[in-house]
Amino acid sequence: MRLERRTHTPLYLAVLAPVVAILAALVLAAGLIAAAGVNPLTAYGEMLRGALGSKLSLTEMLTRATPLIFTGLAAAVAFRARLWNIGGEGQFFVGALATAWIGHTLVAPGWIGVPVLLVAGMVAGALLLAGPAYLRLRFGVDEVVTTLLLNFILILFVGLMIEGPMKDPLAFGWPQSVPVDGNFRLPDLVPRTRLHIGLLFAIGAAGLVWLLLARTVFGAETRAAGLNASAAAFAGISLPRTIMGVALISGALAGLAGSVEVMGVTAGVTTTMSPGFGYAGIVVAMLAALHPAGVVAAAVFIATVFVGADAMSRATGVPSFIADVIVALCLLTMIVALLFTTYRVRR
Amino acid sequence: MTKVLELQGITKRFGALTANDDVSLSLAQGEILALLGENGAGKTTLMNILFGHYAADEGTVHVFGQELPPGKPRAAIEAGVGMVHQHFTLSGNLTVLENVMLGSEPLSRLRSARQEARAKLMRIADRFGLPVDPDAKVGKMSVGERQRVEILKALYRDARVLILDEPTAVLARPEAQRLFETLRDMTREGLSLIFISHKLHEVMSASDRVAVLRGGQMVAERETSQTSAAELAELMVGRKVERPVRTDHEIGAPVLVASKVRVGSGAETRLDDVDFTVHAGEILGIVGVSGNGQAALGGLLSGLEHPSGGTLKLGGEDVGALGPRGMITAGAGRVPEDRHSEGAVGELSVWENAVLERLRTPAFSRRGFVRQRACKSYAAELIDRFDIRGASPETRTRLLSGGNMQKLILGRVLSNGPRFVLANQPTRGLDEGAIAAVHAELLAARSEGAAILLISEELEEAVALSDRIQAIVKGRLSQPISADEVDPQRLGLMMAGVWKEDDHAA
Repeated sequence: MRLERRTHTPLYLAVLAPVVAILAALVLAAGLIAAAGVNPLTAYGEMLRGALGSKLSLTEMLTRATPLIFTGLAAAVAFRARLWNIGGEGQFFVGALATAWIGHTLVAPGWIGVPVLLVAGMVAGALLLAGPAYLRLRFGVDEVVTTLLLNFILILFVGLMIEGPMKDPLAFGWPQSVPVDGNFRLPDLVPRTRLHIGLLFAIGAAGLVWLLLARTVFGAETRAAGLNASAAAFAGISLPRTIMGVALISGALAGLAGSVEVMGVTAGVTTTMSPGFGYAGIVVAMLAALHPAGVVAAAVFIATVFVGADAMSRATGVPSFIADVIVALCLLTMIVALLFTTYRVRR
Repeated sequence: MTKVLELQGITKRFGALTANDDVSLSLAQGEILALLGENGAGKTTLMNILFGHYAADEGTVHVFGQELPPGKPRAAIEAGVGMVHQHFTLSGNLTVLENVMLGSEPLSRLRSARQEARAKLMRIADRFGLPVDPDAKVGKMSVGERQRVEILKALYRDARVLILDEPTAVLARPEAQRLFETLRDMTREGLSLIFISHKLHEVMSASDRVAVLRGGQMVAERETSQTSAAELAELMVGRKVERPVRTDHEIGAPVLVASKVRVGSGAETRLDDVDFTVHAGEILGIVGVSGNGQAALGGLLSGLEHPSGGTLKLGGEDVGALGPRGMITAGAGRVPEDRHSEGAVGELSVWENAVLERLRTPAFSRRGFVRQRACKSYAAELIDRFDIRGASPETRTRLLSGGNMQKLILGRVLSNGPRFVLANQPTRGLDEGAIAAVHAELLAARSEGAAILLISEELEEAVALSDRIQAIVKGRLSQPISADEVDPQRLGLMMAGVWKEDDHAA
């Protein structure tokens, strides 16, 4: 048995790959659910019901999908250029912190404040990734290591800020930052739910990212540089400029995730506000095969798993950590599935 | 003579493509057989079937009278067949000895028998005249040495029939000659050899017998002494292919002038005070054994490297500090040495590669957005004008054959009407038909007045195309000699670095 490279990937395979990967991950996770003493079909049924079964659960799921779309786009943009940004989690938090800080102190009408806060989150995320990108370009430091480690530093930094200078005096000692001004909260998309217009921003961002990657000179140069750096350099494409540009966009998107989450949902920053949005963004991007439209679909799926797992846990007693297991399994099965989209098995 | 190897009626299909069609072939004891054919003629497939990498759809393989089970490389190895692949299968971080031993010991052994292995390796190296340091790291060796290790690896597994897939593809001419001398010696030790090639001159000089494959079929078998390069070329291509011939014409004004250009410094000097001038309508050939500074010269003229001393002028303007994009804007067209790693991005479509160098010009983008329709129609034009076969603007570039990919790169360069063209090893690895096409395009650009600098390791090519020739040796250039004065002996001396100092000083 050997693997043979396909001359091209048929469209049906590209679409089928994530579907098969997700099914495989669900089958594998079913083993664990069964081991916890629950019928997997019952558990998955509860999960679906918990995420999609009512208007409330559906809006809750879409609320959860919103930051995942941003972090998924952040990973997709970076990975396409072979910039391995594993730091989405840190960029999410730094974006959230910047937004909360400025949103608390700024005095302005909403129509000025909201864009300012969004930009603040983007700038913060972009700057956080610019550091590792610079280190890679200047000294060849592996950005996988630097961006990953920065996540832990940032979580500790958030802890420092919300226990210290940004501590909310009205939170009864609860570790939470000062909230953004009510003027700057994002309006609800569906009344009396947590779903806010950030979802539309996320979908709009996916459209813009698609436009950027597929239609602009920057997108074409990025793709060339990611696929074959030496040929791109020979053709006169500046690699440092491309990598830095990609880093700023990717970091900005992840920072925006934090910004929108603060303005739309939490108002203040806590260390527990992200159930791993940054890391899950990597899975979202992979399931989407790095395509912006796929990112939206994959984010909805991952959000379904997250939200559904909570409901399932309440109904069946299976720990909700199963959501993390499913998401992680999806990454592994998707990588295997991608192998089969580029190679075929020959006997 | 006894037959050590016999292939009978081998047929292999890949989907709709028949890679081998009822091919039969035999090899006699102590013989060197050349398997000649163009790229895609089915040579490598045939050898992979013999070695057991592929299972044939029909036909049998016999080695020393024993039939080999299909699709089992291990059985082929045990029967005494060794294969040296075109792309080496060595680990750079291991030593020669470790590489040779790799895979020959069962995993269940706790300690590897290094001492015995070393003794056996040295015995083989000595017997076949392949000197090697068993403790040298393979990663630090030249390609020629690595190839020797590959051959030793096969011999270590007691190969008595050796198959070499395009053994000279990565070697410079003298290294290739040395290889063939070694192979000849090895046959006296009882080895039988098949080598795959599409280069006529080496087939003529090194083989006893030639088998010619074309389109998956065995079209002819000849004793080498009974045939000629011309006959083989015709058999291989299926029609008469003639390389175009340069005709004399008026040479114009200087276009590219390098004076005392230096790249690198101290012990890292890669170009040492070189002078050359390329005139409009002229091809200047730079010949030399690979590794003598061609890479630095190519990098310099591509805009990837910059002079540390001296001046490089294009049309009177100093271009030494310009990068690739600056060079293109200044009117330089660049054909890189390696079309896969530098010339084109294989995973991108043909149209994207066609415009890659000039994406930012108004013809192909507006306000940062790519004008896809303009790009695609430009690519379609290139495909048409430069006869790029098997391609549409949307085709993945890596699916093109080497020759067609080179035509795409040439087309991208020449359609821009460059004043100066760098053609760095423009025909390396191409088959006869494609070589003729590339030569024709370069000569056409010359007629239109482009100044062309041709870097080549193929002497025939340099002599056929160039108006003047300079030799490059250890980063230094000889004085140019005009094409009329060229004789093989003088060129040989120049490439060995023997030229009159007053020649250099002039």
